Amino acid sequence: MVIQQDKMQSLAARMAEDEVKGRSPWADARKRFLRNRAAMAGLVILILVALFALFGNRFAAWSNEDLDFNVMGQVATMGMPSVENGHYFGTDDLGRDLFARTVQGTQISLMVGIVGAAIAVIAGTLYGATAGYVGGRTDQLMMRAVDILMAIPYMFVLILLLVMFGRSIAMLFLGIGLISWLDMSRIVRGQTLSLKNREFIEAARATGVPAWRIILRHIVPNLLGVVAVYATLLVPLMILTESFISFLGLGVQEPLTSWGALISEGARTMSYGTLWQLAFPLFFFCITLFGFFFVGDGLRDALDPKDR
Amino acid sequence: MALLEINDLSVRFQTNDGEVRAVNDVNLTVDPGETLGVVGESGSGKSQLSFALMGLLARNGRASGSVRFDGQEILNAPPKLMNRIRAEKIAMIFQDPMTSLNPYMRVADQMAEVLTLHKGMTKREAVAEAVRMLDAVKIPDAQGRVRLYPHEFSGGMRQRVMIAMALLCKPRLLIADEPTTALDVTVQAQIMQLLADLQREFGMAMILITHDMGVVAGSCERVVVMYGGRIRERAPVGPLFSAPAHPYTQGLLAAIPRVDHQGDELAAIPGSPPNMTRPPAGCAFEPRCPYRRAECATREPALDGFDEGRARACFAPLQDVLAHRETVHLAEDEAAIASPDEQDEAIPAAAIAGAGVAGTPSTVDKP
Amino acid sequence: MFAFVMRRLAVAIPTLLLLIIFSFILMHLAPGGPFSQERELPAQVLANLNEKYGLNDPLWKQIWNYLTGIVLHFDFGPSFVYPDRTVNELIASGFPVTLTYGTLSFIVAILAGVSLGVIAAIWHNSWLDYLAVGISIGAQVLPNFVMAPILVLVFTLWYRLLPGGGWSFTDPTFWIMPVIALATSYMASIARITRSSMLEVLGSNHIRTARAKGMPEHRVIIRHALKPAMLPVISYLGPVFVSMITGSVVIDIYFSTGGIGKAFVDSALNRDYAVMMGVTILVGALTILFNLIVDILYAWIDPKIRY
Repeated sequence: MVIQQDKMQSLAARMAEDEVKGRSPWADARKRFLRNRAAMAGLVILILVALFALFGNRFAAWSNEDLDFNVMGQVATMGMPSVENGHYFGTDDLGRDLFARTVQGTQISLMVGIVGAAIAVIAGTLYGATAGYVGGRTDQLMMRAVDILMAIPYMFVLILLLVMFGRSIAMLFLGIGLISWLDMSRIVRGQTLSLKNREFIEAARATGVPAWRIILRHIVPNLLGVVAVYATLLVPLMILTESFISFLGLGVQEPLTSWGALISEGARTMSYGTLWQLAFPLFFFCITLFGFFFVGDGLRDALDPKDR
Repeated sequence: MALLEINDLSVRFQTNDGEVRAVNDVNLTVDPGETLGVVGESGSGKSQLSFALMGLLARNGRASGSVRFDGQEILNAPPKLMNRIRAEKIAMIFQDPMTSLNPYMRVADQMAEVLTLHKGMTKREAVAEAVRMLDAVKIPDAQGRVRLYPHEFSGGMRQRVMIAMALLCKPRLLIADEPTTALDVTVQAQIMQLLADLQREFGMAMILITHDMGVVAGSCERVVVMYGGRIRERAPVGPLFSAPAHPYTQGLLAAIPRVDHQGDELAAIPGSPPNMTRPPAGCAFEPRCPYRRAECATREPALDGFDEGRARACFAPLQDVLAHRETVHLAEDEAAIASPDEQDEAIPAAAIAGAGVAGTPSTVDKP
Repeated sequence: MFAFVMRRLAVAIPTLLLLIIFSFILMHLAPGGPFSQERELPAQVLANLNEKYGLNDPLWKQIWNYLTGIVLHFDFGPSFVYPDRTVNELIASGFPVTLTYGTLSFIVAILAGVSLGVIAAIWHNSWLDYLAVGISIGAQVLPNFVMAPILVLVFTLWYRLLPGGGWSFTDPTFWIMPVIALATSYMASIARITRSSMLEVLGSNHIRTARAKGMPEHRVIIRHALKPAMLPVISYLGPVFVSMITGSVVIDIYFSTGGIGKAFVDSALNRDYAVMMGVTILVGALTILFNLIVDILYAWIDPKIRY
């Protein structure tokens, strides 16, 4: 999966252009978005997954920590998904209810994805807007720093950090969020450069509004379209990253769990014939990624309509 | 016999917003060696007409009717046949020389491939021929420049390369789709002059598509005026300028800036071109027409001949239009008519002030 | 061209040095790290480290020793865990394996992705297009750590066609699953990028010119459309390359292939920081080198880029 930078550039250019013409791109975009069937399907999926994460526990017959001693030791035969014993999704190899575990994993994965994307978007936007607005040598320096950071093999550094400083959700958020702000900062910088010399910014400057206020009040709001699309497409990437780390056993730790950890567990035990352990977390993982991709693409196509 | 014969040509596009009727029931002929001007504002369907002839419509476009070149049907012909006609018999040059050349290929390669493809020349012969042709379009140091990429040429030079490339196989018909629109005024004149010279030299026919009446006056023998995808008026160039018989033609001519009318404001045609997704039931020009009458809104006027080589599609009586007896007064300050006192001139010199001076430089220098 | 390469190198080399210094300081800061004395290290290891860096020297001198060791002798120093082994040995044993399946997946992802994207673009809005788009959308949510178990389930547990793990340089049946697992999601991304850029190129003016020249459609595509359509794909190759190496971590765990991913994970579990850093720096260097190659390739295709 990839966020296509050229398409984001095109979107950014279009949003800046609309700003100049003084028309709101959002009204038309809403209509186009509502007409886009894939995007609407994605939105429905995401709402359902969110509801599952929020309210799934109300329907769980077991908590995510309880061990079902009836099942323990004979998970392959007794732990199957069944409505009678309350394990709708079956149990894991310890006899824990997979339904409750999946709800918990969904909560954590969504949270990591959204917080990670938020960190990346905020860091990238502020950095890029500052570099673009200040300009000159500072801009050169800041962007050269981004060039250098781009060459760092992030996944390895992240694992390095997790191993050295211990695993914690905060570290995970930070590490994952800090991976992806670089591309964002480049796009925001480009758009800031093109907004900077517009009349309304000059007017603000002429009346003595301080630079940080201009950035926050005038430049950042005009980046909203790009930011929204980017954030939507970034969340699944964050989820992928978290799952990757958790799959390696370096992510969230017991008793917490996430999709990556559940998939890893399911993959480890599938040779015993307990396929549901892989199937259910994988299902939620996949449909959520689909949902975000469809919504993100739909949003971009709605804001930057082009037949490609 | 006519070189090109177009009968009932229509072009439709399927889009998300519905069917667009870009060209409707166009009938045209082009004789060997003559220059036909096709005039109209943006969206009048003139470019799509030319793309349809060449089989270059966008994927969602469909052409119907008949186009015969040298007696052979070429509309919607199989690709094999079309590929023998393109470049060899009919060549085309496009509006925007900046993007119409392949930016990733050297000029030599882009030109040579035409000759290796159609004439079976070797690469070396083809490049030599390409250099000769670049010389012919007056590109200085053609030998050295042929190795360059398109972005290393200026706009005018790129259009010369385009022209040279189109003429490589000595086609019998050249379609020039707004060849000068994207260029500076002085360069426009040079390019039009060049086209006229080359046309004489190679004895080919040309369809010149433009929205610039000045260019038409300078280079064409016959003109068709298009609006809303239909031909509105057809005439030899002299009578078209001296006695425009269709309200739209009058409007176009009145919109040309004139050096001899200093005080006047520029006359624009009020309103904007029709949306061809939902074309009006009657004449597409009716909402903007100062001569409109009741039937215009409901029926489409047919293209009827009324004089030697002339035809027009309009319900308003010819005498009324020629005498500028308008039935409706449109916006106050937008008089869409030319002053009648100049009608006796064959081509009013002032009409070609501006861009298209190339073909007839001698007619402009009136004080 | 030479000046262009030199300028890129002028950025690349400081980047690499910064990466090395950054890693070293990080290692120094790590709680329970080898340079703080909280953790018991085997006596032999301590002796090795002391000899190598002089642990009692000031920090800048330790960094200098580490840096010169890498730059001048390609020596990443001794392991922090195994008294008798160096980082070089640990990395060297896995590198050829990773290189083999990594290169193969890279080629497979590009070939399959580009073909899929081109096919989809040429037959735009036909069933072929929908099929290709469907495959690439589906493959997009199948990262290597999802593909690996699915492949094992199908080809090893159900059909017993392929070995479920291990590595052999001579027997290609060991290569198939790692390569597919690693290549799938990148193939999907490449297909999407190729399709959208190909569609854009096919709608551009210069392609219309090429058609007006009477060239058969396949020649128009091969001679005129393919090159510009590849530019966005080429700029995506850098990230793909990095992700392939990163993915080797999963592949090595899942298929027991024994590449550098294994060395990395083992060292992560053992807290053998020296090996982790060695791998990180090696991967960083490869990334920089690869991005340089991509830049040169890009400049070579696009004549508008001046060196």
